[in-house]
Amino acid sequence: MAEKPEITHEDANPHCRGAAMATADVEAWFVREVLPLEAILMQYLRHHWPEKSQIEDLRQDVYVRICEFAQKEIPDPPKPFILATARNLIIDRLRREQIVPIEIIADIDLLGLAADVPGPERSAVARDELRRLQAALDSLPPRCREAVALGKIEGLSGREIAARMAVSEATVSEHIDKGMCVLADVLYGDMSVFGKAS
Amino acid sequence: MTHATHKESAPADAASVNACAAAWLRRRQFWDWTEEEQAGLDAWLAESAAHRVAYWRLNAAWSRTDRLAALRRETDDAVGRSKKRFGRVAAASLAIAIMIVMSAGFWFLRPLEKTYTTALGGKQTIVFADGSKIELNTDTALRVNFRQRSVWLDRGEAYFQIKHDPRHPFVVMAGSGRVTDVGTRFFVRRDLSRLKVALVEGQAQFDSLNIPSETPKSLLPGDVVIATPTSTTLLRESSKNLSSELGWRKGVLVFEHTTLLDAAAEFNRYNSEKVVVADDASAHLTINGTFRTNDVEAFADAAHGVFGLRVETRNGEAIISR
Repeated sequence: MAEKPEITHEDANPHCRGAAMATADVEAWFVREVLPLEAILMQYLRHHWPEKSQIEDLRQDVYVRICEFAQKEIPDPPKPFILATARNLIIDRLRREQIVPIEIIADIDLLGLAADVPGPERSAVARDELRRLQAALDSLPPRCREAVALGKIEGLSGREIAARMAVSEATVSEHIDKGMCVLADVLYGDMSVFGKAS
Repeated sequence: MTHATHKESAPADAASVNACAAAWLRRRQFWDWTEEEQAGLDAWLAESAAHRVAYWRLNAAWSRTDRLAALRRETDDAVGRSKKRFGRVAAASLAIAIMIVMSAGFWFLRPLEKTYTTALGGKQTIVFADGSKIELNTDTALRVNFRQRSVWLDRGEAYFQIKHDPRHPFVVMAGSGRVTDVGTRFFVRRDLSRLKVALVEGQAQFDSLNIPSETPKSLLPGDVVIATPTSTTLLRESSKNLSSELGWRKGVLVFEHTTLLDAAAEFNRYNSEKVVVADDASAHLTINGTFRTNDVEAFADAAHGVFGLRVETRNGEAIISR
């Protein structure tokens, strides 16, 4: 979408001074520089945090931290900053949880920031994206995939999709919401579907 | 170490934030989007950085797939032209890209149709990625399969301006008739039991599915095919006549030695207020003139002024008689 929401974080946060970044700038930076590194971030998180069910929460917290930081100053280059943020977050969590599995601490000390996890670079070109997208779409249940296709490729509205598929609009909404989340996971997060499909 | 998540100072768990972000994005993309909803989204985004990053992320992924869809179309289009247009290196890399697309069994390539309809008096133009255009006249329904470059004219009339693509001929199906283009401008009009195809420019082929023994007819500019369930007739019309018949594209009806009966029938295609010519003698008077498609009154005035006919309006009908 072309329009950016008209909120500026500095309004909401009195601690920020004049140099603060506009939210739209942070969004642009986030989409351009951070999201392409999501696969690397996810690999790092999965490597250092054994509880798979919490990975999505960790990812969100990393993004929140770096975007809050970016309101003041855009970190450049982004990759070491993202990984350092992930590392600090993990250490914070371990501390708070009090029961700290020894191997995790050891792991972090061992790898530290030097852990420059090799991962797909941004230059992973269109064909990789195509394959990923294919994998993502294949992973959707057929009806969900159909709803996404009707919306995405044919440009139908929600109502038209519901009519075409002969289901309720609520069902279409469920399909689309799920499709959006899976597409993001696969395109950015290099989630397992990709591994299987290629 | 597993159950501490909920004590986080960070906002609600990522899954539910994601679900909310998806719901906003979906409403914005697929349902009518009002200013109030925009305000609601803005407020939700302002609530926390977690909301913002989740929304940005889904939105970015969703838009990124748009680009992939576009890439697919360009790649598809480029196949037929690559040899002429690109240098050898470019052609080679393009070929590789295309092979990969094909080997992916690309999901986008599944056949899908889209339906377009116009109301009485309505008009609509559909533009293809390659610049080909279809203009729909009043009260028309057609289905388009963009991938196969196929169109089904279910009712009404449409004017086609098609960019030729040797690998993907453009096909129009209308009732029992089929038009295959070779780079053309033509129109197809489907009335109750009569199909009319007129070629304005270029080359095309017409064949009838009802009469399979017939060989396909090659059409040249000015050729007009009239097909009924039992017959196919080939006529010639002057280009002036054809462009008169396409007056609707500019919102006008052009009559030349047209009987009042036929003229009334033309008006009735565009307007809910019907024109009725009540007696035989009046019906066979002929008129010349250009009228706006929705200006029944001007037509009635002309009938009155030129021929001294009576015009009465009754039950939403304009009745013309001696």
